[in-house]
Amino acid sequence: MKKYRAVVLVACTTIALVTLGYLLVRNAHFDVLQPAGAVAKSERTLLISAFSIMMLVVIPVFIMLVTFAWKYRAGNDKKVDYRPEWSEHKLLEAAWWGIPILIILILGTTAWITAHTLDPYRKLDSKTAPVNVQVVALEWKWLFIYPDLGVASVNELPVPVNTPIHFTISADAPMSAFWVPALGTQIYAMNGMSSQLNLIADHTGTFPGYNTNINGNGYAKMRFNVYAKSDKDFSSWVASARKSPNMMDEQALQKISQPGTMNETAYMLMDNNLYDKVIMKYMKGTMSDKDSASTSTQHDMSNMEGM
Amino acid sequence: MDWHWLIGRMDLSYLPHEPVTMGAAIGMPLTLVAIAAALTYFKKWGYLWREWITTVDAKRIGIMYGSVAIIMLARGVFDALMIRSQTALGGPGGSQLFSTDTYQQVFTSHGVIMIFFVAMGLMFALFNIAVPLMIGTRDVAFPFLNAVSFWLFFAGMILVNGSLIFGGFSIGGWLGYPPLTELQYSPGPGVDYWIWSLQIAGIGSLLSGVNFFVTILKHRAPGMTFMRMPIFVWSVLVTTVLIMIAFPMLTASLALLSLDRLMGMHFFTSMGGGNPMMYINLIWAWGHPEVYILVMPAFGIFSEVVATFSRKKLFGYKTMVIALVAIMFFSFVVWQHHFFTMGAGGDVNAFFGIMTMIIAIPTGVKLFNWLFTMYRGRISFASPMVWFMCFAVTFTIGGVTGVLMAVPAIDFQVHNTLFLVAHFHNVIIGGVVFGYLAAITYWFPKMFGFRLHEGLGKAAAYFWQVGFLLAFMPLYALGLMGAVRRVDNYSDPSWIPFFIVSAVGVVVVGAGIACQLLQIAYSIWKRKELRASGDPWDGRTLEWSVPSPAPFYNYAIIPKVSRIDEWWYQKQEGVKTPKDSDYKDIVLPKNTSFGFVIGMTAFVFSGALIWHIWWLVILSFIAVVTMIIMRTMDDFTEYTIPAAEVMKMDKEARA
Repeated sequence: MKKYRAVVLVACTTIALVTLGYLLVRNAHFDVLQPAGAVAKSERTLLISAFSIMMLVVIPVFIMLVTFAWKYRAGNDKKVDYRPEWSEHKLLEAAWWGIPILIILILGTTAWITAHTLDPYRKLDSKTAPVNVQVVALEWKWLFIYPDLGVASVNELPVPVNTPIHFTISADAPMSAFWVPALGTQIYAMNGMSSQLNLIADHTGTFPGYNTNINGNGYAKMRFNVYAKSDKDFSSWVASARKSPNMMDEQALQKISQPGTMNETAYMLMDNNLYDKVIMKYMKGTMSDKDSASTSTQHDMSNMEGM
Repeated sequence: MDWHWLIGRMDLSYLPHEPVTMGAAIGMPLTLVAIAAALTYFKKWGYLWREWITTVDAKRIGIMYGSVAIIMLARGVFDALMIRSQTALGGPGGSQLFSTDTYQQVFTSHGVIMIFFVAMGLMFALFNIAVPLMIGTRDVAFPFLNAVSFWLFFAGMILVNGSLIFGGFSIGGWLGYPPLTELQYSPGPGVDYWIWSLQIAGIGSLLSGVNFFVTILKHRAPGMTFMRMPIFVWSVLVTTVLIMIAFPMLTASLALLSLDRLMGMHFFTSMGGGNPMMYINLIWAWGHPEVYILVMPAFGIFSEVVATFSRKKLFGYKTMVIALVAIMFFSFVVWQHHFFTMGAGGDVNAFFGIMTMIIAIPTGVKLFNWLFTMYRGRISFASPMVWFMCFAVTFTIGGVTGVLMAVPAIDFQVHNTLFLVAHFHNVIIGGVVFGYLAAITYWFPKMFGFRLHEGLGKAAAYFWQVGFLLAFMPLYALGLMGAVRRVDNYSDPSWIPFFIVSAVGVVVVGAGIACQLLQIAYSIWKRKELRASGDPWDGRTLEWSVPSPAPFYNYAIIPKVSRIDEWWYQKQEGVKTPKDSDYKDIVLPKNTSFGFVIGMTAFVFSGALIWHIWWLVILSFIAVVTMIIMRTMDDFTEYTIPAAEVMKMDKEARA
């Protein structure tokens, strides 16, 4: 029985681990795999299909590994071929250059196409006009400005369902990153720069959002919620924020920019140029006027290349 | 009286405040005092100085690299345990074992220690131990430089650990992106500790890269053409090319960052015209080749291990070489995949994504070649081969998730999440660590003359593999649930069980390491029973032709090579006993204390920079330069062993 000991051990361990995995995953919710928006759905499909294509090679490799290890083990009683000098075979070698090349050809083409169709800067196809949201990463909270609606909020991001949201994203903090896994695609938020992102929510609900790039002590607590609302609910949120006693202007911004965490708060927007001011803060005295005028559109240019 | 001209910005407030850091700050010096007391009691100071600290013998330098790396591995895994304990308790309504500030320092030092002082340390250990023996030479091309490299590595190691006692470490993650690591956000000494530990160790690595590159080019035994070199030597050759090209980029980016910090410049600040994105490009232009620097020697090791334990010639030698060289080239054109989410646009993202995927092709070919080396072999599952089996499974999974993340649109959803953390541990543990641990078992008898205990070695492999799966499979799941890296608290209660399983996984890996420490202790105790001949594994390459432990001169007679796996065929044809006239005088380098002293002075230099003690910066810099000049003036750095004595020693060793 001694020769089967290793096999039994590996088999039992595998069964135990798979069972444990099943128990863990059973009731879990995967925002990335169970998304709530068109962008995240395309990305999920891409993830699953790329994974499946690779399994076409990986599974045979694992089977060969186990079979060869078992069949050609030194203690095997049955007479098996032993050819210590057999070390070249043109056809086989061509095959395993060829198979991975074929797979990478398929995946590479997919990567090229989707890098463009799912480019965060690309406007989403929809009949509904997009809602513009300006995002500012602060130490350690998120400011959302709705310049066309005259409202702003901290750490809460209400959006109308089935409506494209066009985000422009910057930071008044060390480099941060904006991510709502249920809706898709994260992007960096950087000082003096304006990144863009287009997302859409397919159904109503509350979806958590995160900062994915460490920016100091309160980094882990830099969470926010996306509230995807019906048009009616969204309008009433906007109306109530407009009546809010909290005013968002330069002074208020300066106050909330102090390092620290914050609860969800809605504001009436008093200054439509707040976002530009945050960006221009990092331009002062650094470039000629001609340069600084083009800086905030630096990313739009790379977007055009991508279209 | 103002003392700050003398002690810079040192201040008692930099002493640790929290129980966990205070424990380390008291524990580490006490351990050192205990070791010093033991050395004094057993009167071993002289032995330590003569035989180890001043040595220029590559094998001994290799053993020192390995010892430091294994101690650092214990520290790195302890850091991991702290990280995962904190996250296991970090759910809603949970508590903190220690502050977030400490947590951020711990994951930064975990990354730095594991990459620079464990993986790089073990890698240079193996270069030193195996390369000169495998190519049939007596030492590396520049033995003194080799000692300098080691002591610079050692100085960097003291800096990382010293930060625990005084001043704290960086919170910026292992690559310390600005502007977080700029003065504006991190004015304290932590980031400077991080910069200078990497800087000093990095210069050591660069020098070692040059050293082994020249060694392989110029010191191969007669007849060993490039296409007769063992694959491990090939992997070291391409690795040293990567080191020589990549490490200057690390040195430059860190130097620019420290100019920002020390002299108020604006290379990477967000104000004043600086550009942090430039740093991120530069550091990854080094950082991505760095992971191939680590993993290619592991590929080389497994090529030796699989052929030896399958008792069969390595399948597809030429394709192995082509694959290594291909990976070497492609590793320089993939760095942007570390920041697809910076908004570079579809063309740039797609280019770097596809380049990244292409690397999977030669890597896949290597795996097929190993499989077909096993095919029609006669495989004995000694523990190096068990490590290979674990590697083949684990590394393949890591490769799959790597290719997934090479698709930019997939990366948009998993970048900087725990999915990414799981991926790179998957390839670094499954590839690099398993490879190096296999190599330690494989070459241990050549260094010490006895084998490591097999049962404990296999138990270690089992615990590492199971612990790895427990620690990192939940992280893949957590990443897909939206869990971000480097956080120590979260609001979703359903994440808690995943984090707990992951913490248990770290404990299981810890059990694996405990098995290995026990294995070393037990094997030393039972060294008579485990005594190894010169060729304990029925090996194929030249290092197995010399007695174990390898004599300090490596080869009494430099071998002649006429094919791949020279030793294997010599054994089949019958090994010839050397004639008396074959023995020649041997010239070897003399021991020197300059390597150690230069390393320690570099440590003082870095410490002075970290604490802004300007007079000491100038003094120690002048001292380093002076010592280098003094050493180059010394014309008597070698000694000769007469042929007769070589013959006598060789005959005794072979008896």
